[in-house]
Amino acid sequence: MKIIETKNLVKRFNGVYAIDRLSIGIEKGQITGIVGPNGSGKTTLINLLSGVLKIDSGEIVVDGTEKITRILPHQVFFYGITRTFQNVRLFEQMTVLDNILVVITERNIFSSLFEKHIEYHHKIAEEVLQKVGLWKKKNQLAANLSYGQRKLLEIARALAMKAEVYLFDEPFAGLFPEMRKIVSVIVQELKQKNKTVILIEHDIGLIRELCDYIFVMNEGRLLAEGKPESVLERKEIIEAYFGN
Amino acid sequence: MEYLIHLAILFVIYATLGVSLNLVVGYTGLLSVTHAAFYGIGAYTTAIFLTKSGVGFFSSLVSGIVIVVVISFLVGVVLSKFKGDYYALVTFGFNAIIFAVFLNWQNLTNGSLGVPGISRPELFGINFANNFNFLILALIFFVLVYFASRFIVNSSFGRVLKAIREDETAIAVFGYKTLSFKLVVFIISAAMAAVAGSLFASYITFIDPSSFQLTESMFILAIIILGGLGNLRGSILGALFLILLPEILRFVGFSSDIDAQMRQVVYGIILILLMLYRPQGLIGEYKL
Repeated sequence: MKIIETKNLVKRFNGVYAIDRLSIGIEKGQITGIVGPNGSGKTTLINLLSGVLKIDSGEIVVDGTEKITRILPHQVFFYGITRTFQNVRLFEQMTVLDNILVVITERNIFSSLFEKHIEYHHKIAEEVLQKVGLWKKKNQLAANLSYGQRKLLEIARALAMKAEVYLFDEPFAGLFPEMRKIVSVIVQELKQKNKTVILIEHDIGLIRELCDYIFVMNEGRLLAEGKPESVLERKEIIEAYFGN
Repeated sequence: MEYLIHLAILFVIYATLGVSLNLVVGYTGLLSVTHAAFYGIGAYTTAIFLTKSGVGFFSSLVSGIVIVVVISFLVGVVLSKFKGDYYALVTFGFNAIIFAVFLNWQNLTNGSLGVPGISRPELFGINFANNFNFLILALIFFVLVYFASRFIVNSSFGRVLKAIREDETAIAVFGYKTLSFKLVVFIISAAMAAVAGSLFASYITFIDPSSFQLTESMFILAIIILGGLGNLRGSILGALFLILLPEILRFVGFSSDIDAQMRQVVYGIILILLMLYRPQGLIGEYKL
């Protein structure tokens, strides 16, 4: 079953196509890789799926029924989608713990003033921060974390949302091996829980290891799709990625 | 003693303004330069009701709050379309418009001649014409504003405000209608400024538009930047510093023909030095 589909999706920047009539379908419960050279439109696609950018034309279909031609950032949550960012975007002058708590508390203004589930939210925060090894740093400002820790905190923040679809934009970039292992385990656990992961990644080894299916993009278009072991052997893919 | 009580009342009024503005600027990261407009609307509503309609102080105060809530809602809706420097410029424009209304709506505000003869409150037989009693009244309102603000910033709502300050797009992606949060805190802050305005009008017993110019908004902004953005106690400290500093400088001993100007110069230099060496303010948690 397709949990997210894009149909003839188009996004232009100053007339230049960043996404050019892209039609893809993401299977529920799988780890789907989006690969391609820099500037191929991978992050733009994630930004469109998460409402950060407006769609110029085409549509996104969620769960096979909800057709979306215009999606605002705050609506993404209600479609069960969450994300991380290529360039880490934390709430810098807030503590590690508050970076988690802020995304799991009430969305309604009145309820957020008179929060009732404080203990439950702290439990979720502890669970996800333990998972990424940041619980002991819960009272530190996010701005004071190392680059790798910041990436892990962003992933923990996404996990705390308990979403259905996780959009991870280069989550392994710049991480030490032990941190890469943590992220790798998290991604595989999400799959075991029947969650959907869309993974942008440049490391072909990781793509082969983790992804069930991949889409290869180039210049905003779909170049190929299929199982990683077969797609990544194809000559035109190797040329697009690594040059001649 | 009367002089000290006078300073204390001014300090409490400006601390109320500082605490309320800190909710918008320090906690939500919206550079608003229009607080004096809401302060002025609160003051004029109280002044006009007390001098022309004969209603009591507390009814006029509530009326001022209601009017400010309606106006700040409309202004907030317009402001929701702007961010960053543009946001500050639009608030600047709004303050200019309100000032022009105070100055030119002669029938209502008496223009540049101002509204004289504003009475002091009287409640349960306590006459607040006595300055000490008025100080107690102002303190009661300040404590209410302070604890309401503290409740807000310590709640989950306050945490979302801080996240908006840090990265509005990021927090929106997690399902928060940031425009609503910004609008609500803007209205709450404006309503608190109206309380300060009512107290000011009733205390001074005469108001004119000059008290609510853009420079007044800048002064309130200076209080919270100096005391500390994102820290309510910083607003109190900033108000204390800026209210007392000119008074302290009176005793420096400049010659009488230049002392007023020199006080302004010294005052300016101290502000510049503080911003150079302590940009987050005295006890602030956030830098603009």
